[in-house]
Amino acid sequence: MATDRIVGIDLGTTNSLVAFMQGESPVVIPGDDGSNLVPSVVALDENDQPVIGNAARKYLTETPERAVYSIKRLMGRGVDDIQEELKFFPFRVAEDLQAGEVLRIKLGDKKLGEKTFTPPEISALILRQLKRNAERFFGAPVSKAVITVPAYFNDAQRQATKDAGRIAGLEVLRLVNEPTAASLAYGLDKKQNGIVAVYDLGGGTFDISILKLHDGIFEVIATNGDTHLGGDDIDNLLITIALDDTLGDLGLDLRHNAEAVQAIRNAVIEAKIALSSQPSVKLDVNLPGGKRYLREITRAQFEQLIQPIIDRTIGPCKQALKDAGLKPEQIDEVVLVGGSTRIPKVRALVKELFHREPHTDLNPDEVVALGAAVQANILGGGSEATENMLLLDVTPLSLGIEVAGGVTDKIILRNSTIPASATQFYTTQLDGQANVAIHVLQGERELAKDCRSLARFDLKGIPPMAAGMARIEVKFLIDANGILHVSAREQRSGKEAEIQVQPSYGLTDEQVEGMILDSFDSAEEDFRQRQVIEARNEADTILAALDKGKKSPAWGHLTTDEKKKIAKMEKALITVKAEDDCQAIRKAIDALNQGTTRLAELMMDSAVSTALKGKTMDEADMGEGPTAPHPMAKAEFE
Amino acid sequence: MRAVHFCEACGKVQPPAPVDYFAFFGLPRKLDLDVAALEKDFYELSRKLHPDLNAQAGTQEQEWSLQQSSLLNDAHRTLKDPIKRTQYLLKLEGVELEEQSKTATEKARSTGEIKKQIVPPELLAEVFDLNMQLEELRMQKKMGEDDPALIEEIGNQKHDLEEKQEALLHELQGRWKVWDGMIQRESNGQPVSDEERRQERDKMVDMLNRRNYIRNLVRDVNEVLES
Repeated sequence: MATDRIVGIDLGTTNSLVAFMQGESPVVIPGDDGSNLVPSVVALDENDQPVIGNAARKYLTETPERAVYSIKRLMGRGVDDIQEELKFFPFRVAEDLQAGEVLRIKLGDKKLGEKTFTPPEISALILRQLKRNAERFFGAPVSKAVITVPAYFNDAQRQATKDAGRIAGLEVLRLVNEPTAASLAYGLDKKQNGIVAVYDLGGGTFDISILKLHDGIFEVIATNGDTHLGGDDIDNLLITIALDDTLGDLGLDLRHNAEAVQAIRNAVIEAKIALSSQPSVKLDVNLPGGKRYLREITRAQFEQLIQPIIDRTIGPCKQALKDAGLKPEQIDEVVLVGGSTRIPKVRALVKELFHREPHTDLNPDEVVALGAAVQANILGGGSEATENMLLLDVTPLSLGIEVAGGVTDKIILRNSTIPASATQFYTTQLDGQANVAIHVLQGERELAKDCRSLARFDLKGIPPMAAGMARIEVKFLIDANGILHVSAREQRSGKEAEIQVQPSYGLTDEQVEGMILDSFDSAEEDFRQRQVIEARNEADTILAALDKGKKSPAWGHLTTDEKKKIAKMEKALITVKAEDDCQAIRKAIDALNQGTTRLAELMMDSAVSTALKGKTMDEADMGEGPTAPHPMAKAEFE
Repeated sequence: MRAVHFCEACGKVQPPAPVDYFAFFGLPRKLDLDVAALEKDFYELSRKLHPDLNAQAGTQEQEWSLQQSSLLNDAHRTLKDPIKRTQYLLKLEGVELEEQSKTATEKARSTGEIKKQIVPPELLAEVFDLNMQLEELRMQKKMGEDDPALIEEIGNQKHDLEEKQEALLHELQGRWKVWDGMIQRESNGQPVSDEERRQERDKMVDMLNRRNYIRNLVRDVNEVLES
């Protein structure tokens, strides 16, 4: 049994989760707020400290320039391909970005200073939050994880995810495709052989995978999808309509009012969710300037609006079936994954495509994380539940080399089982030529310019020879994570050619290393900050209890001297609480605790004597009564 | 006879041997292959060699497991498909197949050069007619005036070609038996002349080229029909 726990992580566009295998079943690990879902939202608080998850959401509406959401949409992409995204999402990119460079986005306000982050760094903050949740749960460190990615993610997007893991202090043992992970959770549950289609419509990405399940082997036969299609697009459509409405009806152009847009966004998301179970809903948003935006939406109207969006899932589904050589009737089960599959119209579309009712037993929000936990268990050596299980996944996109004429020569076809490899031979054009340039692409199109540039390699250090004499064997290997590795050898001399990679839109190893250190520094700082916050919370609790005590009859029984002493300690605590010294705060708490012992006793006695007079504690209107503050108690808010 | 992939005693993954795909599965270089048996072997070997199931092993073993399983997958993918299997075997026999690819077609189209290709003689007239019809349809589509009769006609031709493709596959499978017989004689110690070997190879190359040509033509038709 592995000593180090390996967790499974679903790093989602909208929500993220961490899970592990508990005995024979996978289980989601909750955050300290008790919630299983950590919203993939990151903000910088007033002290420029990162805030993640539910706590970050209020920043989206109050100070949107300090917050970011749906960062997954930017992973592994360059400034040129996110122009559509920039229209609908409030991402603020750095002005000086070059083509092919990793993206940098700004958080903060111009007044107090902006910080820039790359998408992997933002994702790393979310991963670190999940890591902490797991560590708190286990009471032990966690350093290894399996992280899921959309099946249709390309090499750059996968690499960015791995980088994010490393920055967060996690060794990413495997990237697992989301639909495949979901099938693991399903298969573990059902233990049946057959052909399963997984329809995964999340916040930002769509995947369709067709798998053959037999004797514990989960074999992907075909996969397809759209990495820019999800619930976010539905939200944006509704937001656009609301903004058009307010412009038309109220003459208010709110498109550049970030707070208003976020308020509208929250409202449309609530409405969207409500319409899954109600026939109509009323949008009610408070706009700046005291105006209100009111609009009723019926389910019928909603369905009509979103039809073009969900219809975009039809093409990939049909292509996947075609690639698998299967007809819809031959699919035994369709499994739904992702929050957007709760929409009744989506379920209807799936039923129509696959000629059967989809399987909806599993929680579409959690199933991917649960499956990742199963895979984590397998990688860790397996247990009784998983001893026969093996995942055989595929690469979703064809791998090609650019050849003369700007054409793509496909060397590994899409839906090839991974790990997979291909070998190509190159030679030199000129006498003494020492380098050969190779351009690697991913995609199905014929022309290189229509495919995704994966990387440019320079084979260096070719021994000097006459033109055409060198015989360079280049091996392309796609590993089990779906990531490409290249090695090259000049055959005549036997020399390993040195490969220099310029990853498109990615970070170099040095950059990632640098970011890890930064993260550790701020981890220390974060830890210290947390101690301070916790101490302050405790201080608030005791101060609140003291306030109640002052209003109680017991207060009257104290001597003037005692009251003076308590007042002094109270003032001292309030002063030191405003500062940053955790030790000092705790000292002041202890002092006040000591100083109010007699008060507490008197309050207890008075409660008892009141009770003896025939009244109960409740009736005596004592409020909460004196209790020793629990170390983990949150401050009470009136 | 079969490459040793893992130690029988302790189960540890071994470094991959530089073998061809047939030897990887311990199979003779025969073309008629029991695909069901191949599948079964593939799954069994996957359970031993896959990186996921060797994730707790040492770094060297993990590296070997990555190499071995990519070799396993490549071999399985190639041997499973009848055409790929035949092409692979011919490649092992030192044959270079004709360049019938889309790349060459596009290049020819863009540069105006005549593509290096061999039109199967029995198809000459048919191919000529079909290419003319495709050109006509391309032009119609550009104007937005597709003629349904023309589309149906082309559809029928495509159907014919697909049937020819199937027929060629069956013919090829017939030649497999001859080839396999030859290999069997060889392994029984009976000599096989270079000439006989070459003739058999050439026959299969010819069939593959013809089938490739038809397949590419069908692909061109589909492209125009779906545009």
